[in-house]
Amino acid sequence: MSEKVLMKGNEAIAEAAIRAGCRHYFGYPITPQTELAAYMAKRMPKIGGCFLQAESEIAAINMVYGVSSTGKRVMTSSSSPGVSLKQEGISYIAGADLPALIVNVQRGGPGLGGIQPSQSDYFQATKGGGHGDYHLIVLAPASVQEMADLTAKCFELADKYRMPSMLLADGTMGQMMEPVLLPEESDVTVEKPWALTGTKMQREHNIVNSLYLKPEELEKTNFDRYERYKQVEENEVMYEEFMMDDAEVCVVAFGIAARVSKNAVVEARKQGIKAGLLRPITLWPFPTQAVKKAAEHCKAFVSVELSMGQMIEDIKLASDCQRPVVLCNRAGGMIPSPEQVLESVKNVAGGKA
Amino acid sequence: MMKRVYLFAGHYGSGKTNIAVNFALKLHREGKAVKIADLDVVNPYFRTKDSAEDLAAAGIELISPAYANSNVDLPALPQEIYGLVQNRDFCAIMDIGGDERGALALGRYRPYILEENNYEMVFVANFFRPLTRTAEEAVEVMREIEQAGGIPFSAIVNNSNLGAETTAADVRATAAQVQKLRELTGLPLLFTSVKADLAEAFAGESVLPLQLQKKIIDEGDFA
Repeated sequence: MSEKVLMKGNEAIAEAAIRAGCRHYFGYPITPQTELAAYMAKRMPKIGGCFLQAESEIAAINMVYGVSSTGKRVMTSSSSPGVSLKQEGISYIAGADLPALIVNVQRGGPGLGGIQPSQSDYFQATKGGGHGDYHLIVLAPASVQEMADLTAKCFELADKYRMPSMLLADGTMGQMMEPVLLPEESDVTVEKPWALTGTKMQREHNIVNSLYLKPEELEKTNFDRYERYKQVEENEVMYEEFMMDDAEVCVVAFGIAARVSKNAVVEARKQGIKAGLLRPITLWPFPTQAVKKAAEHCKAFVSVELSMGQMIEDIKLASDCQRPVVLCNRAGGMIPSPEQVLESVKNVAGGKA
Repeated sequence: MMKRVYLFAGHYGSGKTNIAVNFALKLHREGKAVKIADLDVVNPYFRTKDSAEDLAAAGIELISPAYANSNVDLPALPQEIYGLVQNRDFCAIMDIGGDERGALALGRYRPYILEENNYEMVFVANFFRPLTRTAEEAVEVMREIEQAGGIPFSAIVNNSNLGAETTAADVRATAAQVQKLRELTGLPLLFTSVKADLAEAFAGESVLPLQLQKKIIDEGDFA
C-alpha cells in the first residue's frame, strides 16, 4: 500500500505537528480551520497528548504561552477573526522570547467577514499584529504537502530562534484534499536551558517574562532580539522560482494565488510572453534579494493577492520601486482566475503598467 | 436486491457526497425515479449542491438546505426531507454528514427509515484517509456513526483513492483491508467506486465509475 495518504490541508497540519513532537494543542473552533482541531481532538488522547478546547481564542493563546515556557512544543490554530483575538498573547510570547506555532487558515474580512478563502491577514502576520517591536517567522504553504512540511519547519525555526512562528494558509489550502507523504516522526530534542522545568535545587531558577521595569533593560532586549531577527533574515529565506531565468514579467504570489499564477505563467509562455513566477515561501523574512535580482531583468512585477494589495508594498520596498508593480487581486473570499492573472501579465508585457 | 432508501455515511472526506450523486445518476439511468437529499449539517463546503446543475439536467430532485454552499454556516435541514422517508413512491438517496457529528442529523428520520425497513445504510471507506488507514480504525468510525445516527450499517462501499493521482494498483492495494472490514463487520461489499478513467481496469467487477467529480478551483500542480 502506498505510503501516501489523502488529506485535507487542515489535517496535514495537525498530523505533521504531532510528528514534530507537538503534544499540546489549544484552540477554539472556527471555519475554515475546524478540521485541524477536530483531528487533534481524535488523535491527542490516543498518544498521551493534550487537546483542549479553550473557552476562547484569548484563553487558548495564553495556554500556549504557559506550555511554551516549560519548553514543550505547543500550538494553536484559528482563522482570521480568531487570530485577531490572539494578538495580545502573541505579543507576550514574542516579548518573552518563546517558541510556539500559530496557524492562521485565513478567511475573508475585515470583521466577521465570510468563510471563503483570503490572504488579507498578510499585514497582520508580517508586520506585527500585536503591539511592540517584534516579528513572527511566517511560512506560506501552497500545497497540502507543504502544509505538512512547513508545519515541521515552523516548529524547527521557532525553537532555533526562540520566537513564535506562523503558518499562514487560507481556506482553500485548509479544505483541499491532496495526497501527502507525511514526514517521519521527529526524535529531535532541542536543548532549552531557559525552560521552566523545576530547578530540583540544582540550578538558579529561570524566569519567563515580558515585563521590564527599567527602560534601559527593555531597550537592550529589543536590540538583542533584532540581532536575532537579522540572523533569521540572513539564513532562513525560502522561495520558489518558476521560469524566472529569462523572465521579463515577474509574477509574485504565495499560497493559493501562486498555484493560480503558475497556470497563468505557463499560458503566457505559450503565447510568447516571457513571464516567470516568484513564490515567497517565507513571508517574513521576505525574499528581498530574490525580488532585487528579478528587478534587474524584469520590466515589471505583478503582485497576485487575495486581498486589496498588501504584499505589493514589500515588493515595492524590495525592488526600491525600480520597476512598476501592478496589483492583480480578488478579495472577500474570491479567488483570481488564471485568465485574470494572464490578462495582467499581458497588460504589463505590452507596456501598460 | 434493490432497496428504496440508500444512506451514505462515513468518515468526513471519504467521498460520501461524490458517491451519493453518482449513485443517484446511475439509478436514474436505470430508469428509476430518484430523489437525493443533503443531510450535512457539519461541513459548509463540498456539498451535494455542487452538482445541482448536473442533477437538474438529469431531472433528479435535489433537496438541500437553503444555505448550503453559501457563506451562512447554518446547521438547519429543510422539512422536505421528511417527504423522502415518508413518501415511498421513489428511490431516496441520503448524503449524511461526516463522522458521528454529521450522522447525528440522521436521528430524526430514523423512526421512518426503520419502520419501512427497506434501506441500505452504506459505509463509504477510503483507506487512504489518515484516520481510517486500517479496517480496525474504520470499524471504530462506523461504531461512532451508528451510535449517533441510530441506524446500523448494512453494506460497505470501497472508495479508496488518492484523488486525481489514484491508480488501479492503489485501489487494488486496499483489497486486504476491505476483506478484513467485511470479516470484522460481517457486511457485504456493495461496490467499489473509482474515477471514470479507471473503470476499464475493473471490468466485470462490481464497480461504480465516478463520472461526476467536482474540483474546487482551477489551480496549478504544486506536487
